[in-house]
Amino acid sequence: MTLFFVSAISIATVLLYGCVGEIITEKAGHLNLGIPGIMCMGTAGGCLGVSLYMGGLPTPENASWILLVLISLLFSIVFAAALGGVYALLTVTLRCNQNITGLAITIFGSGATNFIMSFVDRTHFDPAGKVISSALPFADRLGGFGRVVLGHGIFVYLAIAVAIVCAIVLSRTRVGLHLRAVGESPATADAAGINVILYKYVAILWGSAIAGLGGFYYIMDYIKGSWENAATIEAFGWLAIALVIFVLWKPGIGILGAFLFGACYIVAFVIPNITPTQREIIKMLPYVVTIVVLVLTSIRKKREHQPPASLGLSYFREDR
Amino acid sequence: METQPKKQDRVKKEPLIRLVKRDALAKKKVVLIYAIAIVASLVLSALICALFSSKNPLSFFGALFEGAFGSPRRIWLLLQDTALLLGVAVALVPAFKMKFWNLGGNGQILVGGLAAISCMYYLGGKISDALLIPLMIVASILAGAVWGVLPAIFKAFFDTNESLFTLMLNYIATGLVSMFITIWVKSGSGILEPLKYGNFPGLFGSPYLLTILVFFILAALMYVYLRYTKHGYEISVVGDSPNTAKYIGIDVKRVIIRTMIISGALAGVVGLFLAGGIHHTISTASANNMGFTAIMATWLAAFNPLVMMGTCFFIIFISRGMVEVRADFGFTNDSIANIVIGLVYFCVIACSFFITYRVVFRKTGAKTLESDEKKGENAV
Amino acid sequence: MEKQKVIELRNITKRFGARVIANNNISMDVMRGEILSVLGENGCGKTTLMNMLAGIYYPDEGTILINGEEACIRSPKDAFRYNIGMIHQHFKLIDVFTAAENIVIGTGSGEKYDIKKAKIRINAMSKKYGFYIDLDKKVYEMSVSEKQTVEIVKALYRGADVLILDEPTAVLTPQEIDRLFKVLSAMRADGKSVIIITHKLNEVMAISDRVTVLRKGEHVKTVNTAETTEKELADMMVGQKVTLNIDRPLPENPELRLEVEGLSLMGSEGHPVLDHVSFAAYGGEILGIAGIAGSGQRELLESIAGLHHLQKGRVTYYNPKKDKPITFYHKTFDRVMELAAEGMLRYADGRDFTGKDADGHPLSKKAICSQVEAGDIFFKEDEVINLREKTPLQIRELGVRFSFVPEDRLGMGLVGNMDIIDNMMLRSYRRGKSVFVDRKAPESLANEIVKSLQVVTPNTNTPVRRLSGGNVQKVLVGREIAAGPKVLMAAYPVRGLDINSSYTIYNLLTEQKKNGVAVIFVGEDLDVLLALCDRVMVIAGGKVMGTVDARTARKDEIGLMMTGTTQQEIKEEGGSL
Repeated sequence: MTLFFVSAISIATVLLYGCVGEIITEKAGHLNLGIPGIMCMGTAGGCLGVSLYMGGLPTPENASWILLVLISLLFSIVFAAALGGVYALLTVTLRCNQNITGLAITIFGSGATNFIMSFVDRTHFDPAGKVISSALPFADRLGGFGRVVLGHGIFVYLAIAVAIVCAIVLSRTRVGLHLRAVGESPATADAAGINVILYKYVAILWGSAIAGLGGFYYIMDYIKGSWENAATIEAFGWLAIALVIFVLWKPGIGILGAFLFGACYIVAFVIPNITPTQREIIKMLPYVVTIVVLVLTSIRKKREHQPPASLGLSYFREDR
Repeated sequence: METQPKKQDRVKKEPLIRLVKRDALAKKKVVLIYAIAIVASLVLSALICALFSSKNPLSFFGALFEGAFGSPRRIWLLLQDTALLLGVAVALVPAFKMKFWNLGGNGQILVGGLAAISCMYYLGGKISDALLIPLMIVASILAGAVWGVLPAIFKAFFDTNESLFTLMLNYIATGLVSMFITIWVKSGSGILEPLKYGNFPGLFGSPYLLTILVFFILAALMYVYLRYTKHGYEISVVGDSPNTAKYIGIDVKRVIIRTMIISGALAGVVGLFLAGGIHHTISTASANNMGFTAIMATWLAAFNPLVMMGTCFFIIFISRGMVEVRADFGFTNDSIANIVIGLVYFCVIACSFFITYRVVFRKTGAKTLESDEKKGENAV
Repeated sequence: MEKQKVIELRNITKRFGARVIANNNISMDVMRGEILSVLGENGCGKTTLMNMLAGIYYPDEGTILINGEEACIRSPKDAFRYNIGMIHQHFKLIDVFTAAENIVIGTGSGEKYDIKKAKIRINAMSKKYGFYIDLDKKVYEMSVSEKQTVEIVKALYRGADVLILDEPTAVLTPQEIDRLFKVLSAMRADGKSVIIITHKLNEVMAISDRVTVLRKGEHVKTVNTAETTEKELADMMVGQKVTLNIDRPLPENPELRLEVEGLSLMGSEGHPVLDHVSFAAYGGEILGIAGIAGSGQRELLESIAGLHHLQKGRVTYYNPKKDKPITFYHKTFDRVMELAAEGMLRYADGRDFTGKDADGHPLSKKAICSQVEAGDIFFKEDEVINLREKTPLQIRELGVRFSFVPEDRLGMGLVGNMDIIDNMMLRSYRRGKSVFVDRKAPESLANEIVKSLQVVTPNTNTPVRRLSGGNVQKVLVGREIAAGPKVLMAAYPVRGLDINSSYTIYNLLTEQKKNGVAVIFVGEDLDVLLALCDRVMVIAGGKVMGTVDARTARKDEIGLMMTGTTQQEIKEEGGSL
């Protein structure tokens, strides 16, 4: 049971990063279907950072937890935000179709990630993964509860912190008010003197940076540095986009939603004595659940639960 | 204006760059802009490949053509892959014309293929191929249609977001394929060996020709369907203005559902050919992401099925050409192809900006980025 | 007292695309503490000019001086820096935000975000100028007038000294207009400058100190209101003297064509949009429908056309079939038998057709069909068709000849991205059994309409969204009339059109009336309604207030009804009024 919770929380963390990142971009009016690619790119960046740092050390045992985390965080954020920047350039400045651009970003992002990872020295991943995923120091002393609540790597807590901060920023601050205004009606926001282009750029860049951490966390913490290809992370990316709808564009609810999705995803691996066929069926559950939620919210049509009004539309001030 | 005393001050204050929406751009110029973008993106790709391999960037282009056209077999494969991608694009185009964001091409292909393979697995050898193949055709068309019509029903009645619905169905389709493979393959290897029965016959001795002919003919038929039939006309009206459709009494729900049955069924046909005609087996990767790639192809072709023949050919040309580039430049995995294709997409997507807007710089008044072009426009 | 110039516009020119010059070399001033009207017809460039002060557009040529210094207004933010606030015709408010959130948006950078403090400030300001607003109400729950108040407060909250209002009274009731004018006067007394964009002369006279008149993108003249008259302003506005000289023949033997009884419709938010509306329309007359915008006119026409699910009421169409042979063109065999059972049909010699022979034995289907096809069976009376709960398609299939020119031309009547030919097909594309569409007939129709209505277009293959407003409307009205209607409904058919195009439309409607068509005309200009129509029905808040004879009705009487006083009440108070 403990294992189930721990694993579910891990998957939830991946999804939560992607989901919060996507919420921020969607609040700015941009449906970013490039998030899966951007999550891959964040992985590539973080892993590159890890291998550069670890490669510079005499032995892996010398790795400093704080330096490793900071360097990989920085690399992951920069890479993910860079690809997010391409998306922003195309959709904000050049006003290209968001869906098409997003798909291209995902194709490019997963390709570039596989490409970068083929150059990265992966021998460092295993020791680095151990360092990054190391639990809070006093977790084991508190038994099962301790392992579930405190036994995770720093990136799990960072994800929750980011989600909470985003929730507060969106609902309680001027920046959040302005960001929501940009996503609801850029013309209104513009007329009120809000720098719409700047808000959109910043939201897309930050959203991408946060989403990118999800992929990096998955590789370094959850599967402890083993790497096959970008397809798994891409799949998490799409699920994260679904999660955004499931939690009605609210990062706070996102924490719970992500856990639910994570539990759905992991339950297949935890239940003992099931056939591979049954396992495959259970693995489909999160997608079925998302469809059900999608259908239910569309049937109920509550005003506050609808996507940002200008989602997917380009803004051009002189449009008549 | 030149005699203004405060000219210095004025210049400083005026916006540096302003955008102006164009009226409409001549077709020739649109093609030119796209051509420039494609060439630019390929040059960029060549430089990137050269950078990571210290080869001469010019040899990139040679390798690209070599990979695509280097041998008769390569040419056949190029055409076959083009035909398959074209098939998916043909499937998606009525949906997109109706502004129904069908991102579920992958799933629709997979369930189509899965249906065909099921027929092959369960009935192969028990009934003759002459009976089996028609059954496969019916099964895959039905499966694709079901996968297409599910999101359409909810879109029509509850306005459920179709892009996310179809996206989720992709993963459910993948899951179904994995599930059936666990049933069929007892060894647990997860790989279904090619099946012997229900394989499509070659045409004039070529294993490729049938696929190529079918999908190019389907593309031509789709052109006629969209341009000249009442159904096609209804699709355009619903896509451009749902209110107008309601006003003149088009049953929008019916059009959405009918169109998505067609869209899904055609994607199912692609799955059928992948299963029965080419691979004779199925895996979760069978759709090869064509559901997404075809979206690019339809969009670049401005939803015109005849132009799609060209855009599909171009996309496949790049990806097949990149196989050779990869070998020549010594890259160890195939991801470089996706990078190049991504770059090409970025450049081409950016074109839509230059087609819709004109950039006006400070002080120069009406001068534009493509100032020469503008002059040409005025002269006309 | 010499007044100070706040804003000076010098030689402003603004173009859209290569051909359209919205403003040509305009110069004008705005003084401190005055109310200035910018007067002009629809499409004369008033809003464009003011949008350049508000930072929405940037002038192609010319300079703007604010307090004597050259200013560069690149964005609405710049406009606010110069203390200019504009209230647009389409309110720029965010529906899911509260009033307070909408007001504070974009302000107070640098300070801590504190909505409670902001609310106190807003309330103080509201008191000063006499507003009332509920700051916690969400915008999507507000009435138009409340939204406008939020907009004005929003501008003042950001310290606007110059307030530009674009057609502020278009959507208000007279009581609300009075309240607005009081607020504006209070602001003038406070030293603020107010610019009102309008085309309503009476309001110009009532509220403004000076008037700037624009015509076709050019500045005609600026005059002091006290020194001018409505007539003089009207002459300046339209260029030459235009009296509403619409040809209005008396209706010739009007026949009942359409009857609406007790029609009720709920809006999407659960409030009644139409409340027991009953009226009748006759062939050969124009029935006008007057009312403040948004009183249910649009929904009424759409309900009749079959676009809404009705809660209550009946819509009946009287098909002019009396003494005409029945055909299978629009009638199925079953419908023929139904009519026979109702006793609606007769033979040429006057005997009833009941579907039975002289001995009372039922005739065979074949025999009946041959009699119908031979044209031996006639209608005794006009055919009565119930339209309740019928879709537009079913209505057409029943042989009801409705034409409908909707308010939203490009969003409903036409498809903007399609060319003129394809738009002609909208009504007719289903004709015939072929799976293919026929483009030949629509093409000749398109050419005919372009020629006869003088539509300005490069060719019939041009997407209609590229045409100007007047030409779009000609294409739409042309198509609807070409369908040979018996009932023609038109919602605001001249909105946004120049005088000449408007007259083209008036003449087309009158011509239809002469041909015996029942025309229903929803209009906003009372002068036009009274000059064009035979009867005018007034609705307010989804209810019918009364119907008047357009030849004898008084404008003030209609005005009162538009604001919710029934005809009955007016008659009762007749003496005291």
